[in-house]
Amino acid sequence: MSALASAAGPGFPYAQCHTCRLVVAIPPVAAHDAHAALGCPRCGSDVHRRKPDSLSRTWAFLIAAILCYLPANLYPIMSVTSLGRTQADTILSGVVFLFSHGMWPLAFVVFVASVVVPVLKIVALVGLLASVQRRSRWDPRRRSLVYRVVEAIGRWSMVDVYVVTILAALVHMGKVAAVEAEAGAFFFGAVVVLTLFAAESFDPRLIWDVIEERDEQR
Amino acid sequence: MRWVGCQVCDGVVEEPEVPDGGSAVCGRCGALLFRRRRRTVEITFALMVAAAILFAVANAYPFLAFEMQGQVTHTTLGSGVQALWEQGSRAVAGLVLFTTILSPASEILLLLYVLAPLHFGAPAPGAVVAMRWVSRLKPWSMMEVFLIGILVAVVKLADMAEIVPGVALWAFAVLIPILAGAAAFLDTELVWRRLGEPA
Ligand SMILES: [Zn+2]
Ligand SMILES: [Zn+2]
Repeated sequence: MSALASAAGPGFPYAQCHTCRLVVAIPPVAAHDAHAALGCPRCGSDVHRRKPDSLSRTWAFLIAAILCYLPANLYPIMSVTSLGRTQADTILSGVVFLFSHGMWPLAFVVFVASVVVPVLKIVALVGLLASVQRRSRWDPRRRSLVYRVVEAIGRWSMVDVYVVTILAALVHMGKVAAVEAEAGAFFFGAVVVLTLFAAESFDPRLIWDVIEERDEQR
Repeated sequence: MRWVGCQVCDGVVEEPEVPDGGSAVCGRCGALLFRRRRRTVEITFALMVAAAILFAVANAYPFLAFEMQGQVTHTTLGSGVQALWEQGSRAVAGLVLFTTILSPASEILLLLYVLAPLHFGAPAPGAVVAMRWVSRLKPWSMMEVFLIGILVAVVKLADMAEIVPGVALWAFAVLIPILAGAAAFLDTELVWRRLGEPA
């Protein structure tokens, strides 16, 4: 803790490279501007002390994701034709199908990946953004953990998009049997990509800035 | 003296001495700082050679065959993308192409390009740029998620028709743990040091 406090103090202005993680000492002129861009001496990427426009970019991606969320769940993601009968499948009906066929472990995985993860990501990121903007001091360690979890689980929501892809490739026999992707797949894919971008734009170090200011004032 | 920073809370500490195979965790927020893998270049390089071969097989051969009323259709990675494209779902087709073919393929090729010359001596020209792309593409290659997608698709079709696993499915099943192992053995800090600080 003491090493951290001294390193984070005014005696050692630094920035971390987002790409190669090198800790770069920054010239005093740039030290007061959290968004000043410097070149990383090791990998050549732009180095910022904080991600530029993190809050507004994250909000933009999140709001777009929320707007896509409803059509993603209301529209069917695919239509399944079997022996002349066509049936539309939504995200939820896909999960119900697996449950009703007794495939509990797989149903659970798909339920978590397609229903729980997107909602959890959106709620968690809105909460993190709000906490940073309200300059909250509530348990920064736990909020950092929430961010790390959100970052790690987001990709798993792609499962449903892949299922549609595979079914569409396998089943194309006209009226006998066919699977076609529908509008819901587009919106669902958009939700996944937009929340991935949102998580990427959010800078978790903002959670800690308020705490550091208090440490410096003491 | 080396400094190591936490990307989550921006804490910076003097780099702790970590034994080979161990890892260091941020004392302030609990995030992983790094995993130390002293033989990262050799092991990741070997795994990437295997991954490149398996990836080629996984793309060249069908991973599932679907038999219904005497008709058989095969599907490869590419044919799924093609089917979506032809149905007019072009954005989704692009997303699938990017996350299951382009990103993993580039990641494997770029890592081979960076690691092979390091293994045999000096860094390759442009290795820094290649390594930058490796870290940029990493979140977008989603092969392991695709494998779960295959499982779900098989279950959904089980009542409808007969499903026959193809060669590519076995290649996939081996490729996923190899990619996971490569990710666990890649000590990016050591690779960057060898790229950025010529001996
Ligand atoms: Zn760098
Ligand atoms: Zn930390």
